[in-house]
Amino acid sequence: MSVPPMSDQELHELAGKLAALGEVRGTPARDPVNEPMIRHWLDAMGDTNPAYLEKGVAPPAMAQVWTMPGARGPANERSPVNDLMGALDASGYPGVVATNCEQTYHRYVRIGERLTPATRLTDLAGPKRTALGVGYFATWQVTWYDEADEPVAGMLFRVLKFRPAAREQASQERAAYPLQPAINQDTAYFWEGVQQGELRIQTCADCGLHRHPPGPLCPACRSADRSYRVASGHGILYSYVVHHHPPVPGRETPFVVGVVELPEGVRIVGNVVDCPIEEVAIGMPLRVTYRRMDDRLVLPMWAPGEA
Amino acid sequence: MSGHGPSGDGAGLGGHGRPGGGAGLGGRAAIAGIGATEFSKRSGRSELRLAAEAVLSALDDAGLSPRDVDGMVTYTQDANQEIAVARETGIGELTFFSRVEYGGGAACGTVVHAAMAVATGMAHTVVCYRAFNERSGRRFGRPDSRLTGEPTSQGLEMSWHVPFGLMTPAAWVAMFARRYMHVYNATSEDFGRVAVAMRRHAATNPAAWFHGRPITLEDHQASRWIAEPLHLLDCCQESDGAVALVVTSAERARDLRTSPAVITAAAQGSGAGQMMMTSYYRDDMTTLPEMSTVARHLWATSGLSPEDIQTAILYDHFTPFVLTQLEELGFCGRGEAPDFLKDGSIELDGALPINPHGGQLGEAYIHGMNGIAEAVRQIRGTAANQLRDVRNVLVTAGTGVPTSGLILSAE
Repeated sequence: MSVPPMSDQELHELAGKLAALGEVRGTPARDPVNEPMIRHWLDAMGDTNPAYLEKGVAPPAMAQVWTMPGARGPANERSPVNDLMGALDASGYPGVVATNCEQTYHRYVRIGERLTPATRLTDLAGPKRTALGVGYFATWQVTWYDEADEPVAGMLFRVLKFRPAAREQASQERAAYPLQPAINQDTAYFWEGVQQGELRIQTCADCGLHRHPPGPLCPACRSADRSYRVASGHGILYSYVVHHHPPVPGRETPFVVGVVELPEGVRIVGNVVDCPIEEVAIGMPLRVTYRRMDDRLVLPMWAPGEA
Repeated sequence: MSGHGPSGDGAGLGGHGRPGGGAGLGGRAAIAGIGATEFSKRSGRSELRLAAEAVLSALDDAGLSPRDVDGMVTYTQDANQEIAVARETGIGELTFFSRVEYGGGAACGTVVHAAMAVATGMAHTVVCYRAFNERSGRRFGRPDSRLTGEPTSQGLEMSWHVPFGLMTPAAWVAMFARRYMHVYNATSEDFGRVAVAMRRHAATNPAAWFHGRPITLEDHQASRWIAEPLHLLDCCQESDGAVALVVTSAERARDLRTSPAVITAAAQGSGAGQMMMTSYYRDDMTTLPEMSTVARHLWATSGLSPEDIQTAILYDHFTPFVLTQLEELGFCGRGEAPDFLKDGSIELDGALPINPHGGQLGEAYIHGMNGIAEAVRQIRGTAANQLRDVRNVLVTAGTGVPTSGLILSAE
């Protein structure tokens, strides 16, 4: 599933919605509690206590083992945690590290019992600056139930989902483009779109108004329910300047900046490229193209296009 | 607060135009003093010192003492706080202080605020000032990558333009100018005629930086490109200096040292879809709706019309917007400014002399405040290039931004 990038505020809103779902039941374990798996586990852990196999019970710390999805199982089954992890991945926080795991055991489980997990998202905190990078702490609670619907074990689990600091370091090493846009939750969708090769035009989810530059409220109907459409990428040059002087940081003069009229009904500013300056003219058809300026920024630009 | 009515009948318009068309300041306040430093490229003094010198000069001109001042107004962009200027000049207690936003659009707005304060009794004597070392200090024409800065509303607005290198006032204006040329078949020479007229006026104004240095249309065409379609000589100079004005009630101004310039009408204006210099997303980009708002307010509240104006001080940081202003103010029709300019009508002996002091292109760039001082001189009859029979002068402020305007009148 492709998830759109979210702002800090939107991530918190999503976490709030997912937490409000309460405890969500997962898929029952594929296999019942069984002797071979207990034996592997005891071997792997170096646990020589014979009591488990003699009594036919599993070590309590194996709780998580019984309901793991497996390498080829339905790993992406929808759950509050998976939904939130997906959103964090898409919003630029792909790194993950577990920071807390606290297990509670209600009773031993016996060979032959089949467990079912249930997950409750409890908290999202951040963004916070950590040694690994900026990220969010997500916390959830898993409870394992037996076939009588009684809890047998529980676990509080917390991870840090982060934007690896290594990436930030790399961008400092590479010459950073000096003309960075300011971005907030009203405009992030646009800049995230151009990173993915999409020219996104804000659309009111209620009345359908297209708007650029965008803003938090629809000026036509007051709706705060914002969406976007991906523009066709065609445009017509409405006006332009050829900048000669003074020098502009990060740019070689002369260069062309234009106001481009889109068939979607909005205008947008961008550079006109791949065209001799003397051939630039109001009314010329253009097609959007994307230029990476540095590790952080992609700018939409405009090249001569088909009429 | 005086025997003079609220709708302009105190302005003593001498039969020129019908005063008092609607609500407004209607002649209750007047500019009673003007002052300035020299205009230079390197003042060698702090901006605070420039402000204080101009304020004291304006008070001397009015025949008032710093102790008479109880209100102060400047631009939000001014680096000198009211209280600092008050301390330097011996101004004591203040009952009114205000700042006006949007760059040079604030110029006439300072007088709007001062006149409102006087009309409402918030203050009796208000000083408006603007002081900077715009040439030797921070230059507005220099690209500044901090324009986008924090995600404030203005930082976000700039972020649709600055990353593309569209980040100088000349380039912002050039985008409008190119569209205007396209729609109305205007040419660079049409813009050049404004520059030539301004430099011709400055040539005979001893206070002007370009005193004695007129240019020809050929000079304009040969000057280097800054941001096509703008040549160097389409762009106003950069200056160090300060200008101050003293605003008080029209009644009181009558008893002061110089004859008052009555504030017949005063207005601020911002348009729908307004941005700072980059309102590219509305209408057809050949107009200045914010100036239209100001013009409608000035004409409606004064009861005057363009025929009643003997000279206009039009904000001329870049030549193309002088054409647009002529159209928005009703001195000519939409798209007719190029023809209006061709017969020399904006020169000293023309039908509507514009900026007899040489404007910001010729005299100095003091963010529009020096133009207000020139309007006062024209009304007093003391200007270097004095016109005859000046009764009403229209003044405008910065273009491409939320702006302001005045009609000043002789008693």
